[in-house]
Amino acid sequence: MQKQAIFQSKLLPYALVAPQLAIVLIFFYWPAVQAVIQSFLLQDAFGLSTSFVWFENYLELFKEPAYFAAIARTFAFSFAIAVSSLSFALLLAVMADRPLRGSTLYRTLLIWPYAVAPPVVGVLWVFMLHPSLGVLSRYLRAMGVDWNPLLDGNQAAALIILAAAWKQISYNFLFFLAGLQSIPKSVIEAAAIDGARPMRRFWTVIFPLLSPTIFFLLVINIVYAFFDTFGIIDTMTRGGPGKATETLVYKVYTDGLLGGNLGSSAAQSVILMVIVIVLTGIQFRFVERKVTY
Amino acid sequence: MANVTLRSVRKTYPGGFEAIKGVDVDVGDGQFCVLVGPSGCGKSTLLRMVAGLETITGGEIDIGGRVVNQVEPADRDIAMVFQNYALYPHMSVYNNMAYGLRNRGMAEAEIRTRVEEAARVLELSPMLERKPRQLSGGQRQRVAMGRAIVRQPKVFLFDEPLSNLDAKLRIAMRVEIRKLQRRLNTTSIYVTHDQLEAMTLADILVVMNGGQVEQIGNPLEIYQRPATTFVASFIGAPPMNLMPLRSDELTSQIAGADGAGIVGIRPEDFVISGETASGGVALGLTVEAIEHVGAETFVYGSRQREEQGVAANPGELPPGEVIVRVPGATGPAIGERIRAVAPRDKLHLFTADGRKRVAG
Repeated sequence: MQKQAIFQSKLLPYALVAPQLAIVLIFFYWPAVQAVIQSFLLQDAFGLSTSFVWFENYLELFKEPAYFAAIARTFAFSFAIAVSSLSFALLLAVMADRPLRGSTLYRTLLIWPYAVAPPVVGVLWVFMLHPSLGVLSRYLRAMGVDWNPLLDGNQAAALIILAAAWKQISYNFLFFLAGLQSIPKSVIEAAAIDGARPMRRFWTVIFPLLSPTIFFLLVINIVYAFFDTFGIIDTMTRGGPGKATETLVYKVYTDGLLGGNLGSSAAQSVILMVIVIVLTGIQFRFVERKVTY
Repeated sequence: MANVTLRSVRKTYPGGFEAIKGVDVDVGDGQFCVLVGPSGCGKSTLLRMVAGLETITGGEIDIGGRVVNQVEPADRDIAMVFQNYALYPHMSVYNNMAYGLRNRGMAEAEIRTRVEEAARVLELSPMLERKPRQLSGGQRQRVAMGRAIVRQPKVFLFDEPLSNLDAKLRIAMRVEIRKLQRRLNTTSIYVTHDQLEAMTLADILVVMNGGQVEQIGNPLEIYQRPATTFVASFIGAPPMNLMPLRSDELTSQIAGADGAGIVGIRPEDFVISGETASGGVALGLTVEAIEHVGAETFVYGSRQREEQGVAANPGELPPGEVIVRVPGATGPAIGERIRAVAPRDKLHLFTADGRKRVAG
């Protein structure tokens, strides 16, 4: 069996891969290299001169308590978003994974929110929970909650987590449903005959068999919470009040584009890039080996 | 320690399809009952109803003197071996067997004793720490058996447990299952589509077709006196030869065939001979094909007159074709004309619709 025999010409395979390579090179590697270069440069306030400063941007960053606060905040957000959206999606998937009438319809409906763009999600939730305009805010105040995410940092954070988690539920739901359906029915039946009640069946059989899916989604959700929440934060709180909802990605944006500190912004991007590479590395290493049964 | 009684059990699906059309079976304590039938006859559905995995829409299922229609599978005190084994892939062999005991809150020391005893019996002792994916098909099957026996349930249910194994292993496991069941003396219900498995395992054989019981009884009794043409052609390989009694050629030969419409003759009941069988049947055949099995030879012959056979039964021969079993490896040549003779007492007579056996 010769694998090379498929192509007559040596150039054809390269030509076929070229468009994809071009896209990756132009839209990923080139800006990434630019960011790395930029992170070693320092510009004066008027952008008239640029000097090479080695790691000064990074060192400055690590002296800044606000940066560490943003790191802690981002991890807390990611954790909260991943856990809440994963557990809620799992709950929905378990409920949907039953032979009920109209299951195709509500499964489809549950998947739809994934098609909504993050800024639109932000706007939707703003309208629902805006202190003076929001529908839900009225009920919250009626229940005695002093609801004002525009002033209260914790409430703003909760709002971001809620919107971001809501958006991700559909995606997680889809994977969980597929995962549940790939568990042989007879295994569940065997557990039922073996005397396991539904709750015990879930924790001792279904949950362990879903663990590869759960781990995969955990990494995907953390990456999502790190990066794709930008649109939601930008439309809902713009990182405020104060810096209560400023995540690493949003800080890159505010420091670079609004603050004009391109060097520091670039250094932050490079650090973010390293974080993604590490997360992806973990995923590839462990999803293949440890978590499978 | 329990008998299982089904009283006019029915299963109708919401769409109106009747999968089980009223089945009565009584399995005595410690007996081995085999449900056999072609695919789609409802045998697996019936077993799953006994297990509690399918609802019962009519009649009663009684296990050990208790009607279990509304009882959860966990509380029926049964154990089931599935066709695909249904082992818990993330648990070791030990934990697979211990799972049902832990769910019932048994002490860990007692669990260890029972699992190790079962592992010893099933020759799984060196594999207790392995995961199911590290085992061969036969070993997985034994783990599934082990999971059932450690529980020491009232009833074992088997849903085609051997159909995923290769032919050799299947025969070995068949013998093992029978020995194990004899030793434990636990009431068992076993579903299979393989008539050989059914014949060799059963104390009581239940032949099913189209959601109904065709015949219940001792396997040999069923083989020797099939109640319908369906049973006659389903039990026994190669199948019984079934011929209509429309023509005068056959009818005139058979003594006392009043009310019969179909005659059945097992391949082994024919003798190739020039003599006439008084009151029996003598058929003139042209040999079309020969199968040498070694210890015996099957001769496929067509009847000289273009006779129509009886159609619409599984395992049925093409119309006009007759199988004759000849002991040993020598037989006639292809194209040769032979006379196959069967004595009167080896003939099975059925009514024309095949639903009833005619005495005589």
